[in-house]
Amino acid sequence: MAAAPADDPAVLVDFYRTMLLVRRFEEKVGQMYGMGLIGGFCHLYIGQEAVVVGMDAAIRTDDAVITSYRCHAHALVRGVPPAAIMAELTGRGAGVSKGKGGSMHMFDIERGFYGGHGIVGAQVPLGAGIAFAQKYQRRDNVTLVFFGEGAANQGQVYETFNMASLWKLPVIFVIENNQYAMGTAVRRAKAGTELCHRGEAFGIHGVQVDGMDVVAVHEASRGLVARVRDGEGPMLVEMQTYRYRGHSMSDPVKYRTRDEVQKVRERQDPIEQLRARVAGGGTIAGAELKVHALVLQKNPGGGCGSSRAEPSTMRR
Amino acid sequence: MVEMTVRQALRDAMAEEMRRDERVFLIGEEVAEYQGAYKVSQGLLEEFGAGRVIDTPITEHGFAGLAIGAAMAGLRPINEFMTFNFAMQAMDQIINSAAKTLYMSGGEVRCPVVLRGPNGAAARVAAQHSQDFASWFGHVPGLKVVTPWSATDAKGLLKAAVRDPNPTIFLENEILYGVSFDVSDGDVVLEIGKAAIERPGRDVTIVGYSITVSRALEAASMLAEEGVEAEVINLRTIRPLDVPTIIASLARTNRLVVVEEGWSFAGIGAEVIAAVCDRGFDHLDAPPARVSAADVPLPYAANLEAAALPQADRIVRAVRDVCYV
Repeated sequence: MAAAPADDPAVLVDFYRTMLLVRRFEEKVGQMYGMGLIGGFCHLYIGQEAVVVGMDAAIRTDDAVITSYRCHAHALVRGVPPAAIMAELTGRGAGVSKGKGGSMHMFDIERGFYGGHGIVGAQVPLGAGIAFAQKYQRRDNVTLVFFGEGAANQGQVYETFNMASLWKLPVIFVIENNQYAMGTAVRRAKAGTELCHRGEAFGIHGVQVDGMDVVAVHEASRGLVARVRDGEGPMLVEMQTYRYRGHSMSDPVKYRTRDEVQKVRERQDPIEQLRARVAGGGTIAGAELKVHALVLQKNPGGGCGSSRAEPSTMRR
Repeated sequence: MVEMTVRQALRDAMAEEMRRDERVFLIGEEVAEYQGAYKVSQGLLEEFGAGRVIDTPITEHGFAGLAIGAAMAGLRPINEFMTFNFAMQAMDQIINSAAKTLYMSGGEVRCPVVLRGPNGAAARVAAQHSQDFASWFGHVPGLKVVTPWSATDAKGLLKAAVRDPNPTIFLENEILYGVSFDVSDGDVVLEIGKAAIERPGRDVTIVGYSITVSRALEAASMLAEEGVEAEVINLRTIRPLDVPTIIASLARTNRLVVVEEGWSFAGIGAEVIAAVCDRGFDHLDAPPARVSAADVPLPYAANLEAAALPQADRIVRAVRDVCYV
């Protein structure tokens, strides 16, 4: 495992580059949706980048990840080529799911990415099943199960906590608390808003982490992953994060003020926080950030421009 | 040939597949220490240990989802529902996760899970524990739906289901568990999607599945005394439905009665008759008939229960109707 990332400029630059890739990719997706090139439900990850980037860097390539329908970033960070994701979004045969799945259903088993699930909370027992398989086959792997704080009210989540703890499955339950379950604020839907405690009745250790700080995310994740890999059983982490855009592209976002969003952008933006941290030192790493920013500015989809030209999967 | 009950056949099928393939395991409520709520998993814990014969909490949505996830990750789970009535708790995972993922992942994610357990009416356990879900699951592309009748069906189809790369719904019948049949020795594996003609006849085709095959055979014996020779088809599989076998029989008999334990509305009988109208309409000499459960939740009282389920005498009446005798 690499040195503690806060001390390693190369790691921080890599976090920066990956978060920026996710941000620029999702911005491009938003534009293409507006142009009518992407259809259906489409949920952007803008604002939450630090969570998936910090956590993915704490696991190995042979570990497993499963998440909800807000899945573009998880696929990108696992290494699915941007072009394959964009081609999926535009419904092309070159898409990662051959155009059959769309925004919410992307999978890449070779990269340990198990989707991409559209029913809120359903990926939680599925993820425990992947962890069950890892343990059954006596592999020292772990599974990251991402779900939103909205899903944390689903019954099957607690059915899964019970079994995962009972059988000491190598799984980390990641609650991405972006503060709104569609349009419902946490305080309006949760009896007890400290979601990190929700596993305690099942003996599942939980921590709350600033999910806007990629270094904090990564360091907490490294510790949890090591314990789970050592056979301690499941762990839970609540990532306090925020999405800047609506729940999906069709959300007019009437349930919060522009001012609220603006304040988070100004004070907590994960990319800007990291830039300040690295560039402040005036190092070579700081210069590298500018290069990445420029490259991604020119090529915002990370090489997804050909997705309009790919043939459709539909036979004519 | 060896005589065995359906219960033993199911147990042997699981044991043989678990010996053959390390990835196969059994998971469900009371499958291990209790040896199965209906004793179908008798002896499996002893032979394979608690790592492969796994008692779950009462948590159908959760453990079915876990089994489906384990299948996506490369294992071959046999998920037992104590009865299929409880599978309703897990319906989202069965339909949205197990059935749809192969397609919506562009062929990337397979889900070789077997979801099995008793289905349909048992004996006086009333409405919430007595329902035939064949048409529910048969509706869904991405699932295979298997409905064994005999011990040979049970063994050969369960082994095929375990080996199949797709999610398979395996609908057993509690009353048939204790019924004995002759089964061939050795590695009996039947092809999913093939019906069997259990009794040949030239005058009428009676199509059934699961326990209704027993009722159809009873009816055929009664009809034979009246001089009517009924051909009885055991569907064995609901999806994919073996339409060619049905049409070939109809070409000989020209008359059709479909028997199901479920309700008739949007049921298996409706589907078989629609398939016959599409692909064998010119063979029909009379409108085909359905014999199904009465359109009510299944009642408890013995006389009412019997009246609500498809019995041999009702099949006989339906045959007389389509034969105009």
